[in-house]
Amino acid sequence: MPDDHAIQTQALNRIYKIRGGKKNEPKELIALRDVHIEVPRGELFGLLGPNGAGKTTLIKILTTLLAPSSGRALVAGFDVTTQAYEIRPRINMVSGGESSGYGLLTVRENLWMFSQFYGIPSKEANRRIKELLRVVGLDDRMNTKSSELSTGLRQKMNIVRGFMTNPEVLFLDEPTLGLDVGAARDVRGFIQNWVKQQSGHTILLTTHHMIEADELCDRVAIINQGRILACDSPSSLKRMLQREAIFRLRVDSINSAEPNNFEKIGGVRHFTYRPGEGHATLEFILEEEDVLTEVVNQLASHNIHLQSLEKREPSLEDVFIQLVGRSMEEVEREGTS
Amino acid sequence: MKEPVEVSRPYSAKLFLQTVIARAYPRVIGAQRERSWMFFDVFLPFLSVSAYVFVYRAIGAPETYIGFVVMGGAMIAFWMNILWGMSSQLYWEKEQGNLALYIMAPNSMMAILLGMALGGMVATTLRALVIILVGSLAFNVQFALVSFWALLGTFLLTMVALYGMGMMFSSIFLMLNREAWHLANLAQEPIFLFSGFYFPIKSLGFWIAAGASIIPLSVGMDAMRQLVFPDGPTFGFLDVRIELAILVILSIGFILGARYLLAAMERLAIREGRLTESRR
Repeated sequence: MPDDHAIQTQALNRIYKIRGGKKNEPKELIALRDVHIEVPRGELFGLLGPNGAGKTTLIKILTTLLAPSSGRALVAGFDVTTQAYEIRPRINMVSGGESSGYGLLTVRENLWMFSQFYGIPSKEANRRIKELLRVVGLDDRMNTKSSELSTGLRQKMNIVRGFMTNPEVLFLDEPTLGLDVGAARDVRGFIQNWVKQQSGHTILLTTHHMIEADELCDRVAIINQGRILACDSPSSLKRMLQREAIFRLRVDSINSAEPNNFEKIGGVRHFTYRPGEGHATLEFILEEEDVLTEVVNQLASHNIHLQSLEKREPSLEDVFIQLVGRSMEEVEREGTS
Repeated sequence: MKEPVEVSRPYSAKLFLQTVIARAYPRVIGAQRERSWMFFDVFLPFLSVSAYVFVYRAIGAPETYIGFVVMGGAMIAFWMNILWGMSSQLYWEKEQGNLALYIMAPNSMMAILLGMALGGMVATTLRALVIILVGSLAFNVQFALVSFWALLGTFLLTMVALYGMGMMFSSIFLMLNREAWHLANLAQEPIFLFSGFYFPIKSLGFWIAAGASIIPLSVGMDAMRQLVFPDGPTFGFLDVRIELAILVILSIGFILGARYLLAAMERLAIREGRLTESRR
């Protein structure tokens, strides 16, 4: 494989053996199926999929923490199975909601500790820690015990831990998980700037937030049930839906049985119903705009009062729906039920 | 399943040392910030020591026994540290999310374990010294030190063997996941008995004492008691030189065992996906 790629996988599979089959016999759970991805150096690559889609499994394999069942994966040109010790100095990882480090140590001490595991001289480590904490706006908490930090501030500390070693390839596994809007925006801004400033450094970001993938990533792979369903730039992915018309309708509250009727209208590719306080939002992906007439007629025949109607541009959520047949929310709900 | 291939890690001695110091840091510095250790690690063990002292004095046991009890009370701190601060530690590190970061970093896991051991040893020595000091003053313990250097050497050798055992256990406990809790609980009380924390192990009879010698604290403490107390040699199980030889063998065995098990654990965990916390 050419080494201008930061990450490459070929026919990668991972099967977990779990208990819970008949008579508690081990059964197989396929976490990754035949995954092929190629990420050139310097790219911010997104892996978008619902919880349980296989994103974290793929990251674990690429960070040498999990062996693939079959297939091959290269990171920075080295094989994850046979050359793990060549890969490790070149990578780092930050996971959302992680509670790494020790609560009794201060932010600076925790970061210093992790820097030592990468052989960074103390003086240089302290310089980088100070600088990065300033960039993420955590410099005033440098001497605060990490147990006293809020979730958002703790995640900023984790972000600094990941970037501090200046890795060739950085894995961000749901880095904004559990963060409030402001903190998530800060983290996204920091990631975006870092990639711009560090030419040749690569980020693989997993997320189930469409906006995050759309806003940050050069290219996005959509993954569901361990399979990569599509991989392209966010704009190219959205262009897949250019022929479809997407409408959002706000209507008075409706009977919960009524939405079933809309699915049956010819030309409705997908329909989503979201009840709200005193109203409901209906989203339609239609094969063509003309189908809207029939939708509006159906509303009128059911005495449903239309409050507003909006035609909107396709989003990655729509791409996901197009590929999977359900929204990510629906897939996650099914997964937990 | 693709088997991870063992490839020698490109470690440097400098990185190894940096890792040891960094991992020891939270234990040496961080642990002192939690002031509750004065109560849990000094005051509570001191109560147990006091109870035995009062019993021995009530039944007219030799005065040397009082010193034995105080030393035993101090050494218990090390056993507790081995059980809860070493053996169970990798499991907790996993649940906290640190283990994956340790393994993913380009360092040696042996350096991480050694750092944990050294940090635990330093922090626990402080607690043990406080118990010895308070116990000696409170109960007027008489010492007859044969040689300071011999005592220090015996203590350090005991620590190497003991923490080597802890390093080995930490890999085993990690593979047992939550069962590690039960194993640690199970190992607590019997070791109190077989290590002779509150009495000379000679009292257990030769074969039981010989079996108990697999625990570094049993032989180490017996040797130290012989070197420190006036009637120590009278109550000693074996000659100090034999006990030192046993400690050397145990140290080598446990450290090699720790190295082997750690590598085996890492391979198994990477194959089965057990390196990350349960929720991920």
